[in-house]
Amino acid sequence: MTPLGGYLLVAALLFAIGLGGALTRRNAILVLIGIELMLNAANLNLIAFWRYGPHPEALTGMMFAVFAIAVAAAEAAVGLGLVISIYRHARTTDLDEMNRMKG
Amino acid sequence: MSIVFWILSFLTVLGGLAAVTLRNTVHCALALTVAFAGLGMLYLQLDAQFAGFAQILVYIGAVAILVVFAILLTRGSDTPKDGIFSRTWFAGTAIAAAVFAVLGWAVIESVDALPHETAAPAVTVNQIGNALLGRYVLPLEIVALLLTAALVGAVMVAMHEKGESK
Repeated sequence: MTPLGGYLLVAALLFAIGLGGALTRRNAILVLIGIELMLNAANLNLIAFWRYGPHPEALTGMMFAVFAIAVAAAEAAVGLGLVISIYRHARTTDLDEMNRMKG
Repeated sequence: MSIVFWILSFLTVLGGLAAVTLRNTVHCALALTVAFAGLGMLYLQLDAQFAGFAQILVYIGAVAILVVFAILLTRGSDTPKDGIFSRTWFAGTAIAAAVFAVLGWAVIESVDALPHETAAPAVTVNQIGNALLGRYVLPLEIVALLLTAALVGAVMVAMHEKGESK
């Protein structure tokens, strides 16, 4: 197994764990945690391909990962703000109970 | 494959698995921090020091703390009486397993075509700074705008509504 293959497998496993968490948990915050894990798995792929790619000095993969980290931080802030807002409205963060679009 | 890589990946995967399966939500947030730290160290292992330290600063320093705040503000640490997994947990697990099977199969099938060990790229922070303010200056400005909009938006969304009791 080449080093790149190992990193890709770890990233795939982490992505599947995040996807499973986002699809199976009831708590909205835990769903956001699953989404964060998926974003991180994609970042690991980008960095691994940057490291073992033909032109690491061009910094493309690293820059992509750094920008993805910044966008993920913005996503987390807005997502958790939405969860808090919904909690204040519905008194729950259980996604199975949030089955109305009308307040 | 070095032993350090296996230890770090084991730590990261274990942290991720604990973050989505533990019952107590606060424990989930702590396990998530372990997974983020493991990923940051994997980046360092990949000679991406800048990305590794950015990961530690942004994810452990900001996102994990934000998650803990959200959990404490929403009484999310109470374990729900009818289980922590949703009614459709079986379908979710099956989809996740299928996705992992496809991704793992693709990686293992193409492992011969992947590049082998190469010399570590000598990238200094000076080069990264030049790239950020040279070739990538437009994305940098857009990210700055996005972060400002997200900050204002998060405050607006989470703010108390007018006329609301309490």
